[in-house]
Amino acid sequence: MAGAAVLGRLTWRVADVVDVAAETARTKTITFDVPEWPGHRAGQHVDVRLTAEDGYQAERSYSIASAPDGARLELTVERLDDGEVSPYLTDELRPGDRIELRGPVGGYFVWEPAEGGPVLLVAGGSGVVPLMAMIRRRAAAGSDAEMRLLFSSRAWDDVIYRDELERRAGDRLLVVHTLTRVQPDGWTGYARRIDEAMLREVAPGPNERPLVFVCGPTPFVESVANALVRLGHEPRRIKTERFGPTGG
Amino acid sequence: MDASRLDGNSVAGLLHEIFGTEMTTALGTCGSCGVDEPLGAMHAYRGAGVVLRCPHCNHMLVKIVDSETATWISSTGVRTLRIPKQEA
Amino acid sequence: MSFVTRGFHGRRRSDADRGRIPPGQYVTSDFPVLSAGPTPRTPLDQWDFSVTGEVDEPRRWSWDEFRSLPSEEVTRDIHCVTKWSKLDTVWRGVSVDTLLDGIDTSAEHTVQLADGGYTTNLPLEDLTGGRAWIVFEYDGEPLDPQHGGPARMLVPHLYFWKSAKWVRELRLQAIDEPGFWETNGYNNYGDPWREQRYWGD
Repeated sequence: MAGAAVLGRLTWRVADVVDVAAETARTKTITFDVPEWPGHRAGQHVDVRLTAEDGYQAERSYSIASAPDGARLELTVERLDDGEVSPYLTDELRPGDRIELRGPVGGYFVWEPAEGGPVLLVAGGSGVVPLMAMIRRRAAAGSDAEMRLLFSSRAWDDVIYRDELERRAGDRLLVVHTLTRVQPDGWTGYARRIDEAMLREVAPGPNERPLVFVCGPTPFVESVANALVRLGHEPRRIKTERFGPTGG
Repeated sequence: MDASRLDGNSVAGLLHEIFGTEMTTALGTCGSCGVDEPLGAMHAYRGAGVVLRCPHCNHMLVKIVDSETATWISSTGVRTLRIPKQEA
Repeated sequence: MSFVTRGFHGRRRSDADRGRIPPGQYVTSDFPVLSAGPTPRTPLDQWDFSVTGEVDEPRRWSWDEFRSLPSEEVTRDIHCVTKWSKLDTVWRGVSVDTLLDGIDTSAEHTVQLADGGYTTNLPLEDLTGGRAWIVFEYDGEPLDPQHGGPARMLVPHLYFWKSAKWVRELRLQAIDEPGFWETNGYNNYGDPWREQRYWGD
């Protein structure tokens, strides 16, 4: 994968849509075939560019959901009601369509099995996407690095990759959910926004020096990162990816 | 706290296109407070152009304007930039 | 532009009178927030606005003094260099003519200075003759900090980067001094009707 690195300037290329599949009521996973795809690292993203007939262009970044393995790429997109790009990708796009994208980009927010663990992944809603790529990468590499995912969603039916996370969870991969708005009957898990107390219970202790990846909306990321620092985690071992309001 | 603020990671594609290499892992030394951070951890703002600021002291590090025919960059806020070499 | 994305239209109004829209612009109905740094939060009891530089005597208004000046409602189209235009935006503000009334100056140039360090330059004549206001209300409400509140410059005949958010000072100068974006690729003047976006346009 590293051996197929793109040399020189990065440019836009045209990808073919192979599949569009629902994950939850508001999210879809889109599978692309990208000619000469050089491979990617877990956590990286692509920039997507849409061009209307009158020349109007809109550009957004989407994290790659799939583990690196071949020429196919998966993006999981959440439909934002007032978004400009996401409703097109989730409602309009179909197999056979072609989309311009640029990537993979982002070497900062990545995890490689060689880095080992323990790893703490903290996801807010669709912020789980790049973290899922890390979970999938870990499995594909047969890594036994200790990994914990703390995943905040509004409700059980909004949990992206819910079944796959259940299947993958094991003694070295801990998956903890918190449902902030509605919980199913009999729910005994967390039912509130992630706070310092929850992180203290779920995260490895600061003395274990975990690598931390936090991804989600900007206010979520700020709140979680600050709480982790207050708990004693080293700021330099906390990497963040904010989905700002410019997304959608 | 500004909801419109993103990480330098959000302009990874733009930086890669300009510099011809992955730049979010490049380490920038702030010309004001002297702290090193990867560009991916800088605070990124989108205005008429892109501005990267030091996450510690808010000093303006990089300003980018990108047109169809040229890119303008000011990086006088960065004292030193350390760009790791990519593995072949 | 050779590649077109099937079925993509974007979130734009296509019914606007084309004659109102400068070349290369697209009409939007929302109000994008663009900035070069964190939103300043100057408390009103610390806010002031000054006219300085090549003037017989610098002028300064506290917030209360500024709000006692005659103000007017202004409805204009605005055009951002990032290609969106917003039609019939409604503001309330104090005309720059009012602020400069009776001022004695030989200056031909100005620089707007804002909280947070942003600057932008303009010929003095582009700020006068009923072409510019310091506005403090948008759409009948106090101007949101994200959009430049408590007060920003409004110069609608030029690209909107020439209207500084969080403006605090107008400096009159004999020399032209390119500002924050003008030193980094954006056009020194910025007329949307001649599509003056970048250097050399």
